[in-house]
Amino acid sequence: MAYSDQVMDHYQNPRNVGKFDDQDDQIGTGMVGAPACGDVMRLQIRVNDEGIIEDAKFKTYGCGSAIASSSLLTEWVKGRSLDDAAQIKNTEIAEELALPPVKIHCSVLAEDAIKAAVEDYRKKLAAQT
Amino acid sequence: MKAPVYFDYAATTPVDPRVAQKMSECLMTEGNFGNPASRSHKFGWEAEEAVELARKQVADLLNCDPREIVWTSGATESDNLAIKGIAQFYKGKGKHLITSKIEHKAVLDTCRHLERDGYEVTYLEPGEDGLITPQQVADAIREDTTLVSVMHVNNEIGVINDIAGIGEVCRAAKVFYHVDAAQSAGKIPVDLESLKVDLMSLSAHKMYGPKGVGVLYVRRKPRVRLEAQMHGGGHERGMRSGTLATHQLVGMGECCRIAQLEMASEADRTLALRERLRRGFDDMEEVYVNGDLNAHVPGIINMSFNYVEGESLIMSLPEIALSSGSACTSASLEPSYVLRALGMNDELAHSSLRFSVGRFTTEEDVDGAIKQVRHAVEKLRELSPLWDMYKDGVDLDSIEWAAH
Repeated sequence: MAYSDQVMDHYQNPRNVGKFDDQDDQIGTGMVGAPACGDVMRLQIRVNDEGIIEDAKFKTYGCGSAIASSSLLTEWVKGRSLDDAAQIKNTEIAEELALPPVKIHCSVLAEDAIKAAVEDYRKKLAAQT
Repeated sequence: MKAPVYFDYAATTPVDPRVAQKMSECLMTEGNFGNPASRSHKFGWEAEEAVELARKQVADLLNCDPREIVWTSGATESDNLAIKGIAQFYKGKGKHLITSKIEHKAVLDTCRHLERDGYEVTYLEPGEDGLITPQQVADAIREDTTLVSVMHVNNEIGVINDIAGIGEVCRAAKVFYHVDAAQSAGKIPVDLESLKVDLMSLSAHKMYGPKGVGVLYVRRKPRVRLEAQMHGGGHERGMRSGTLATHQLVGMGECCRIAQLEMASEADRTLALRERLRRGFDDMEEVYVNGDLNAHVPGIINMSFNYVEGESLIMSLPEIALSSGSACTSASLEPSYVLRALGMNDELAHSSLRFSVGRFTTEEDVDGAIKQVRHAVEKLRELSPLWDMYKDGVDLDSIEWAAH
């Protein structure tokens, strides 16, 4: 299968690879997928007091499209508010990366990952107050 | 871009130049282009002679009678002819067949087709070593069993089944035994004089011959009869009609002749290459060889690089042509059914690569592949949350994953 230039670019030079301390109150972590299905994404966001995502990091086990989807996502969420980030749709990711139909589930997983990370952060926030 | 180095000899092999030469002599006006079935002129007689020489070359490789060789279009057709042919011809005796879960799709899909026609099929599970034992076969045989089909060498992991032992069991129970030998013929000795095998499928393109030609061996004593699947001019003693493709058959004959001549030295050489490849990953953590190396063809090795997904691994190896044990690339997103049948967990099955080396592989090729694979695995593990968790001592089985 031929990969799009966008997928190749993110795959060869993934952005924002890494890990934050998930115990930190400023950090929201979303881990989605399952090893048995061949895809696991871990997306983490660092949120400031104004509710803006200052930084994001990811690690992904999966095919090139899954890696590219999560790499792209980390670029997109930076500087967004939580509500704004949770609005990101899988179709936008799929379109940006020109994913073929068989790889659409990779973009769905990325959407799930940011939703899960935002939810994790909000839970932590609620627990503090 | 430089062409990738070929590590997929189990998928197909390039044609040996000596074979291509022989084939090209059977095509044009000045060559041996006649129809082997033409009885009224020299063109036909010469073509027939070439076809019969090729038939003898195949028979010599297998140590059988040339009259037991039926030409087909390849192992897939041979598997179809053997399984449907026996099942249909002997349906009066019974409608039960036995095969294994790690057969080639040509066998499995043929069995599925027969199931829809009212036949019953038992699918044997291999052990963790990838092997089917004669005892398993013996235990599965019933009064109404007509055929056992268990392959010689598995195409994904390279393990060698005990076809001698399985043959004894089948003969004692008066059940026909079919062997898909596409991956073994020409690579390891096959002696049909001593083996109790009734039918055997071969393909030329796995042993440096052309694609589009194969044979089905059909035993004469004790006699095996088949329901033909291709009807027409009654070629191949009525078992497979269709004008014989002289150049293809001559190509298969020649590749069998070369295989017989060079088998021992070639096996030593390919084994050395395969072992060089395997040892190149000796000091890497969480790398596993799939299938029992003590019962293995020289040229194939299947390895799992844990915590790295197979498709992305192949994607980062553009200079190596190989196949993922995982069928993700074929869009099904399912890990290999063969590796699953060995009882392997899904992560490891998703993380596997099949390397197959052959006649034109060099030590330099192998060393280059080791370097590139190691680099790719290290890079992808840096990206892998599973590798992080493993390094942190988290048991992945303890996590409740949301299957999607």
